[in-house]
Amino acid sequence: MAILQVKGINKRFGGLQALGDVNLSVEENSVHAIIGPNGAGKSTLLNVLVGKLIPDSGSVMFDGQSVLGRKPHEINQLGISRVFQTPEIFGDLTVFENVMIPCFAKRDGAFKMNGIGDVKKEKDILEQAEAILDDVSMLDKRHMHSASLSRGDKRRLEMAMCLVQEPRLLLLDEPTAGMARADTNNTIDLLKEIHEKRDITMAIIEHDMHVVFSLAERITVLAQGTPLVEETPENIKGHPKVREAYLGEAQV
Amino acid sequence: MLGLNKKDFGLLCLVTFMAAAAPILLNPFPETSTLSFLNAGYPALMQLFAIFGIVLIGFNILFGLTGYLSFGHAAFIGIGSYTAMWMYKLLNFNVIISIPMAMFVTGIFAVLIGWICLRRTGIYFSILTLAFAEMAYRLSYSVLTPITGGETNLSPDPINDPMILKGENGLTVPHLFGFDLNAKYVAEVGNWSFTFEAGYYLCALVLVLSFYLSIRVFRSPFGMMLRAIKANNHRMGYTGLNPKPYMLAAFVISGLYAGLGGGLLVAMDAQAGAERMFWTESGTIVIMSILGGAGTLLGPILGAGAIKYMEKILSSISESQLHSWLSILPDGLEDFLVYILANFFVGHAWHLTLGLVFMLVVIFVPGGLVELGQRVASRFRRKGSEDALVSKETPAE
Amino acid sequence: MEEIIQQVVNGLDRGSAYALIALGLTLIFGTLGVVNFAHGALFMIGAFVAVLMSDVLGDIREIGSADDFFKLVQVVEDPTQTDFLGRPLAVETSYWVIWFGESFGNWLSDWAVPIAVLVSIPIMIFIGWAMERGLIRHFYHRPHADQILVTFGLAIVLGDLIRAMYGANPIQTPMPDALNGPVDLGVYLGYEASTITYSAWRIVYFFFSMFIIAGVFAFLQFTTFGMVVRAGMADRETVGLLGIDINRYFTMMFGLAAAVAGVAGVMFAPIQAPSYNLGMEYLVPCFVVVVVGGMGSLGGAVLAGFLLGIVQSFASLPTWKNNLVEWLGLDDSNLIANLIIGVDQIAIYLIAIIILLTRPRGLMGRKGVMED
Repeated sequence: MAILQVKGINKRFGGLQALGDVNLSVEENSVHAIIGPNGAGKSTLLNVLVGKLIPDSGSVMFDGQSVLGRKPHEINQLGISRVFQTPEIFGDLTVFENVMIPCFAKRDGAFKMNGIGDVKKEKDILEQAEAILDDVSMLDKRHMHSASLSRGDKRRLEMAMCLVQEPRLLLLDEPTAGMARADTNNTIDLLKEIHEKRDITMAIIEHDMHVVFSLAERITVLAQGTPLVEETPENIKGHPKVREAYLGEAQV
Repeated sequence: MLGLNKKDFGLLCLVTFMAAAAPILLNPFPETSTLSFLNAGYPALMQLFAIFGIVLIGFNILFGLTGYLSFGHAAFIGIGSYTAMWMYKLLNFNVIISIPMAMFVTGIFAVLIGWICLRRTGIYFSILTLAFAEMAYRLSYSVLTPITGGETNLSPDPINDPMILKGENGLTVPHLFGFDLNAKYVAEVGNWSFTFEAGYYLCALVLVLSFYLSIRVFRSPFGMMLRAIKANNHRMGYTGLNPKPYMLAAFVISGLYAGLGGGLLVAMDAQAGAERMFWTESGTIVIMSILGGAGTLLGPILGAGAIKYMEKILSSISESQLHSWLSILPDGLEDFLVYILANFFVGHAWHLTLGLVFMLVVIFVPGGLVELGQRVASRFRRKGSEDALVSKETPAE
Repeated sequence: MEEIIQQVVNGLDRGSAYALIALGLTLIFGTLGVVNFAHGALFMIGAFVAVLMSDVLGDIREIGSADDFFKLVQVVEDPTQTDFLGRPLAVETSYWVIWFGESFGNWLSDWAVPIAVLVSIPIMIFIGWAMERGLIRHFYHRPHADQILVTFGLAIVLGDLIRAMYGANPIQTPMPDALNGPVDLGVYLGYEASTITYSAWRIVYFFFSMFIIAGVFAFLQFTTFGMVVRAGMADRETVGLLGIDINRYFTMMFGLAAAVAGVAGVMFAPIQAPSYNLGMEYLVPCFVVVVVGGMGSLGGAVLAGFLLGIVQSFASLPTWKNNLVEWLGLDDSNLIANLIIGVDQIAIYLIAIIILLTRPRGLMGRKGVMED
């Protein structure tokens, strides 16, 4: 069953057709990669999915509900979490506080006024946060100022913040961009583990083919705002249309 | 205790003790000594310490926790003052009515203004608040004279005002259920004289309560959300949290504190004027916040106290005092220094000193007095531990 | 029609001042990314350079006030005349008259304000240079809030420095006699005589500001310096990567912006007697101007400056307000009537709020400027 259904999305910026008639469906519990050359519209598509951009036409259904026109926090509350290209965390807060915040979001919803209670007495939240930090093996760094973490650890923390909300769909925007090989491999392992352990559907936008082919079960190739092919990784390798998109017609 | 951990409870006790003993603590010099001008333990000044402490505690929730720099906070003090004054004029002088009403009306304005201003962040937010405050000032200074009294301050008029709840022989000064807030008890101890005034103790009580509430807010999930907004506003939405109502709540809470401050000002001295809303007043609030230490618990109280004390002391120093202090210097140098100090730094020119101190703080100790205190403390501690090491090593030799 | 034109020209001088201050604010903001709360103080200092030059050049109409140190006057007791206490009258003569003769000496004092423009340029460039080198430079990498705070502190210090020197009261600064008095614009525009009149100095101010604005734009358009600055405004990071010593440009930029604000202040002194809080009085509306024009857009700043000046002038026109109050059937003590009559006090803030809510980027703002 498809958990995410994108139908006929169009988005223009002035004269530029960023997305043209994009159809995409992501199956539940799959890892779906979206690849394509620079300027293919990958980031625009992602921004549409998380509510940052509103498309000119088309529909995006998540688990039977329309996503379009909802605010980012509403989409998140539906069960779609996003991991950013550069890790986005609450830099002034400690690692532990960083994971507590999504715990509160999960339990209390988008807004709850609790100005009198004590954070340290929220037993369930504390336990949850501790458990997730243990899962991503960052429990020893819980009291660190999160801005002073290494890049790899920031990525781990961000992942933990997403996971603790138990999202149904995890959107990853170039999760290994700018990482060293070792860090990239760590991230791949982390993602694999998450997928296997938690049955979370993932949609990954990625440049690095090593990452794509180690993780993805389905791959969609975007070029100039339109999906060219959707295939399994085996069939994508050597696919003429994909070579055309990446290398240009001259070399085909 | 009281839902606080040990450290916070200690802080609360400290503040309570300081507030209660202020009339004694702030009067360390005997009346007859030459240093008696440094005393600050008289009611009018202590009231200001407490009231601005309260306003700053609220401002700190907006600026210190949430990171939104409002340049128009004084407008809320003004709105609170006018409301309280109208309660005197329409109903009676009981502050149990005027102060809550001041908070209520200010809260309504804070919801409206906050709702508009919070649609923008960063410098745009600051400019919007500045524009609102400037508008509030101009409206009350001239345009809305029938409500605000305009240039001549608004004050109660026992003969013409309705004062429907006053009764036949009701008090015509601010009171609490008939207890005159100006009631004083003066204790003469040797050369010292300590004044305990009912009005001040009302302010002190409210200050302690405000401080207690602010500790609770700091430690609460709500406080954590505000700090998260300051750290990364944009991440909030993608974490499933709607930052808008959190920010608005912070804005309104800080507005309520300012309205409370305005109501208390009018409870201490029954008049309200537009100059309380002028941008320099808003600027002073920002300065107090930075000087004390934005985002810290004690910072607001320290900042408010330090600035009001500086204002009082610096503006009271006269040229002849300067001459007497500097009399050991050679005549020419003395005259020169006195001229420079008197014209540029003290007396009516004290604002210049304030500006300089403020700049130095922003440049060198952005964390304000609290950070300064921590730095000094950690230096002593390090020195202490070094001493300990040395003493441990000595016997081995 | 005449009345409308009259209000438009009435708004021009204030609009010119807004435009010039906002231009400098935008230059600094666009290139350096710093919101300069001390920019109004530069305008104010410019106005006081005019006061200073009036004193130095022996403004004979003003002689006799006790507190000006800078007057170059010779005091001679004239035994043939006596003052009201019967003492010999102290006659003051400007040294400029003694040195250069009556006519040139008096001409100098008469034209003190225009001369002050020339004097102010190096002074303002120096002040701008010192501000950037000494203070602002250390704040490029600190949060925006810190920049706002430190420049706000500087604004207080500069204002109070001037207050300590010149006192709190506004100081009248005369314009040259030749430019004092009204000009009948109506005649030039083909209307009846004395339907549209305007002070000659204000006309000078308007053309002066147009000249400065054109100069700044030409400078940015046709010089290498200007090219780098415009590139920096479009994309600060890239310019830094080109191996250009961007810091030097920043310093010069600050000097330029200070000079623009300074000369605007000098020429404004005869229009509004300067006092130490002139800076803040103009800074707040100029922020509004910058925001309305669109943060970081030079053209927007100039356009919005004139626009708001004219709006303010219209808002203070009594005719329509009285008509409106009458039409609504309100009496003078009514609050709404008070609001309508006093709308000129709050007009530009209302506009700012409306613009910020409906067009967050202002009239000509670019995307992504200061939005985080």
